[in-house]
Amino acid sequence: MRLTLRIWRQHGPDEPGVMTTYEVDGISEDMSFLEMLDHLNEELILGGDEPVAFDHDCREGICGACGMVINGQAHGPERTTTCQLHMRHFTDGDTIDIEPWRASAFPVIKDLVVDRSAFDRIVGSGGFISAPTGSAPEAHATPVPKAVADLAFENAECIGCGACVAACPNGSAMLFTSAKVVHLNVLPQGGPERESRVLDMIDTMDAEGFGGCTNTGECATACPKGIPLHSIATMNREYLRATIKGGQRRNS
Amino acid sequence: MALATRTERSPSLIGSVWRSTVGKKTIMAVSGALMLGYLIAHLAGNLKVFFGADDFNGYAHWLRTIGAPILHHGWFLWLVRPVLLAAVVLHGITAYQLSRRDRAARPHKYVHQRQRQSYATRTMRWGGVILTLFIVWHILDLTTLTVNERAEEGHPYENLVASFNTWYGNTIYITAMVAVGLHVRHGLWSAAQTLGMNSARSDRALKATANGLALVMTCGFISIPVSVMLGLVD
Amino acid sequence: MADATSHATAADPTSDTASDAASGVPPTDNAAPGVIAGSRASSALSGGAAAAGDYAAYSVGVPLVDTKAPKGPIEERWKTRRFEAKLVNPANRRKYTVIVVGTGLAGGAAGATLAEQGYHVVQFCYQDSPRRAHSIAAQGGINAAKNYRNDGDSIRRLFYDTVKGGDFRARESNVHRLAETSVEIIDQCVAQGVPFAREYGGLLDTRSFGGVQVSRTFYARGQTGQQLLLGAYQALSKEIAAGHVEMHPRTEMLDLIVIDGRARGIVARDLITGRVSTYLADAVVLASGGYGNVFYLSTNAKNSNATAIWRAHRKGAYFANPCFTQIHPTCIPRSGDHQSKLTLMSESLRNDGRIWVPKAKDDNRPPAQIPEDERDYYLERIYPAFGNLVPRDIASRAAKNVCDEGRGVGPGGQGVYLDFADAIGRLGRKAVEEKYGNLFEMYERITAENPYEVPMRIYPAIHYTMGGLWVDYDLQTTVPGLFAVGEANFSDHGANRLGASALMQGLADGYFVLPATINDYLARHPHEEVAQDHPAVHEAVTAVTDRLYALLSNNGDRTPDSFHRELGELLWDECGMARTETGLRKALERIPSLREEFWRRIKVPGSGEELNQSLEKANRISDYLELAELMCLDALHRKESCGGHFREESQTDGGEALRLDESFSYAAAWEYTGAGSAPVLHREALNFEYVHPTQRSYA
Repeated sequence: MRLTLRIWRQHGPDEPGVMTTYEVDGISEDMSFLEMLDHLNEELILGGDEPVAFDHDCREGICGACGMVINGQAHGPERTTTCQLHMRHFTDGDTIDIEPWRASAFPVIKDLVVDRSAFDRIVGSGGFISAPTGSAPEAHATPVPKAVADLAFENAECIGCGACVAACPNGSAMLFTSAKVVHLNVLPQGGPERESRVLDMIDTMDAEGFGGCTNTGECATACPKGIPLHSIATMNREYLRATIKGGQRRNS
Repeated sequence: MALATRTERSPSLIGSVWRSTVGKKTIMAVSGALMLGYLIAHLAGNLKVFFGADDFNGYAHWLRTIGAPILHHGWFLWLVRPVLLAAVVLHGITAYQLSRRDRAARPHKYVHQRQRQSYATRTMRWGGVILTLFIVWHILDLTTLTVNERAEEGHPYENLVASFNTWYGNTIYITAMVAVGLHVRHGLWSAAQTLGMNSARSDRALKATANGLALVMTCGFISIPVSVMLGLVD
Repeated sequence: MADATSHATAADPTSDTASDAASGVPPTDNAAPGVIAGSRASSALSGGAAAAGDYAAYSVGVPLVDTKAPKGPIEERWKTRRFEAKLVNPANRRKYTVIVVGTGLAGGAAGATLAEQGYHVVQFCYQDSPRRAHSIAAQGGINAAKNYRNDGDSIRRLFYDTVKGGDFRARESNVHRLAETSVEIIDQCVAQGVPFAREYGGLLDTRSFGGVQVSRTFYARGQTGQQLLLGAYQALSKEIAAGHVEMHPRTEMLDLIVIDGRARGIVARDLITGRVSTYLADAVVLASGGYGNVFYLSTNAKNSNATAIWRAHRKGAYFANPCFTQIHPTCIPRSGDHQSKLTLMSESLRNDGRIWVPKAKDDNRPPAQIPEDERDYYLERIYPAFGNLVPRDIASRAAKNVCDEGRGVGPGGQGVYLDFADAIGRLGRKAVEEKYGNLFEMYERITAENPYEVPMRIYPAIHYTMGGLWVDYDLQTTVPGLFAVGEANFSDHGANRLGASALMQGLADGYFVLPATINDYLARHPHEEVAQDHPAVHEAVTAVTDRLYALLSNNGDRTPDSFHRELGELLWDECGMARTETGLRKALERIPSLREEFWRRIKVPGSGEELNQSLEKANRISDYLELAELMCLDALHRKESCGGHFREESQTDGGEALRLDESFSYAAAWEYTGAGSAPVLHREALNFEYVHPTQRSYA
């Protein structure tokens, strides 16, 4: 098939960007979206142009590296990651708009590549259970009800791609942060740090310049892993509980 | 060697809530819930208009005698008013601050725009502004009677009918009540979410409640000017 | 920076240094151009004929002996080693800097643990976040000898299964330590909040995995790797936030700094700014993963690469058993020339799916129109006892054979059917959906075919590399102070890795083994400053920048990917599932000329002072072009078949892999002598005191 691509090209972080139009031909419907971009890039290189920069790695939907806004939708029209989106969801002659994640907490580095290190700092501020190597008790010492383990897993599935932030009209990181808070706070092992975790992570989330939640639900719709919107409610509850209890912050 | 250790004092509750986005949302949710509770009572009272002038005026008089004899005439209303005022002001300030923050968090809009959120979600901010302006108008119209056509103190029924006999009175009121409905529709569910009262199981029930309540409130409030216009209430 | 003259010279095959160009030597890595060029020229002349002959004329060096593994009963060795290791006083640890390259299971776990112990850790990953390392993609599970099922499992049995599964090409001491450590790993991960699957009673669930008779695989749905990696990542993030780990994401190691014979740092490039910097340390740990991407198409992440280990190899670390690569039988076949990577489907599908191809060649009918008696369920036919459940290597080779006969299905005839019709008929669609629903969904997403109605198509793909840097019992390479952990080393899986053992090894190395052994090295080498302007530092930086400059300034007419695809195809054909002397010699002949063509025709747009993904690719491919040659040589020299290495010349009457223990019961560690010049083979003899080697049979 033949497609018209309008892609955000931005040479560097402090340079202005612009939507640039490219025509590509010979696209197979079996190609993944990223393979379509590979195809474009091969042509650009041979034509003496610079290829379009985009993040990608595992290409099987689990590392969370890839992500672009396709026709205004984070990761495009299917509920999956960009690398698992296939060209059969487009038709010959389509015009496709491709833009980077947009949020002030995710500055553009180049073209479609953005800096998501704010997520790492949120996790670093409390998204862990302190269990230094060697200190662990026998694994069966604390049974965990299956329902609790399943709930933790459902939230631990987050791949940190940032689609929630990209889709949210406020550039909010509530879904990402809540997924980690819920994963760890519901497990008995996460109990001792339950209050400090949620307080510290929300502090960091705010300090990184993400917007607040207005409960539009766009994040959960865009999430390729189906992290549910009520994880945000659970995090809010954890936050209120910790605040009312006068929970300590690790980072105070 | 033993050293005396002391747990560090945590930052004050209010400061900690005020500084965080989640805390501010909590303030919005609590103040919103207060106002919603007030509105429900207000609607119940307003509907007395359908029982005639005596009932309605009697009800208005009774409001001033609540708490007697321990409270003097009208004191109850004066106790409620600062609470409501605080709720409105806090709701407004936090909404304004959060909106500014939200806009700053998405400084660069997408070139390819598409609408996805529900109408009620998108109109929260403008709806809030409309409602603030309406509250001012509403107080000037029916509390202080500054802009009321009839402006007869002690006769709220007559003042109300007078207001709804003007085209602008009706337009302003009906527009505002539609805004109330939309605001409640998203706001109630949103407040529950913010206060952590939502879960996978309660989500549908909560949305249905919010929709139902919004519909009841809008219809209930609007039924009064409509009845005045139709001559059912005069 | 390289001067334009030397670059032009090397690129011109008619010049005096034609031998350089012919052997595909990157034009700018000559620390002492005269000497190296001279030695190569002479070897090329002495060979007289094709370059392949020269490279294959390797010499044999002194045998390697693992001096660190204690003697005595195997159960006591790890305890003994830990007790005998010298320790560093906790107060002194922060004076020591340890570099860790990579943040996968092994690297993430090592970085976090070393920081917890008090060392100053400087860690690198090429991804934008440590959480994205490719360990995240592991699906199946992690083995541990917990014996929670009371089904007869034990450390001894896990040890036995792993040695046997590795086709008797792994070190007994290492494997036993791995089995001992497996138990602690589960405890550690549970304490970190890894949400393993649980039963209704709240205890951990396990399942059994390929070729094993006990249920010892712990899992978190189909995302065990992700959950274990996030556990390590979270522990690492905590140490980063605490300032104990200095994390450099989007930074790629491009060379090793060796001073006075010891690893003292690395040269790395910031992928965003393009800045090439040096980082100095008391020890360097490579946790950069395997080299499966040398084949271009593999189940590895697109950017997984061999540069860190290959650069270390060039600086003196021996590379062991490079030909031991694992091919996974159940991957989604390629759909066309655009294919950029392959996706694995869990091996568990073979429990219920039946594998077949049409009996006739070039049968293009849709599968539903092929009647039962015209189908060949070839695994059930050839291996009646094990049927569709034969080990990975056997299933893979059988698929290749039927496709080579022209009976393959799908585009290009590179696929076989994995049919669930019988299972659906027997168990009902609902039961099949419950078991494999998510896999079927993934298959349909990629291929747009509904596997409930049309049989799946599968084909083998490169999945894991057992070979890697040679390490001793302490996980130290032949360069003192340079350690290799996880898939980057060679030590524990022999010639074939069992399912669910990669995660176990990565975490064992990272959490428990390396942190214990590196202590000993650091305690014996008190901290000494290295000057940033030390000649060795300068030399390493110059080599890196010259090479990048050579790539950027060449302005040829072929893209990096075009070379990578060509190399991958060559390796897949000649050094893939089945290898022959003729094929390997052919590859050894072709690789140097491809390398020469690479340096002559490569085109890399953009500059080096920015994010330049083409430059990253080209640089990695330049290393693959050297590594590929060593793989083929290793495969050529190992005239036996074992595990993942199948030499057609060495098979039983039944067509199975035939090991030649008398000649090849050793690990082959190769010493680098220059690009394109014959390496030196150092053999490490393998002794089996506890598990007696036997021939595998699955018929």
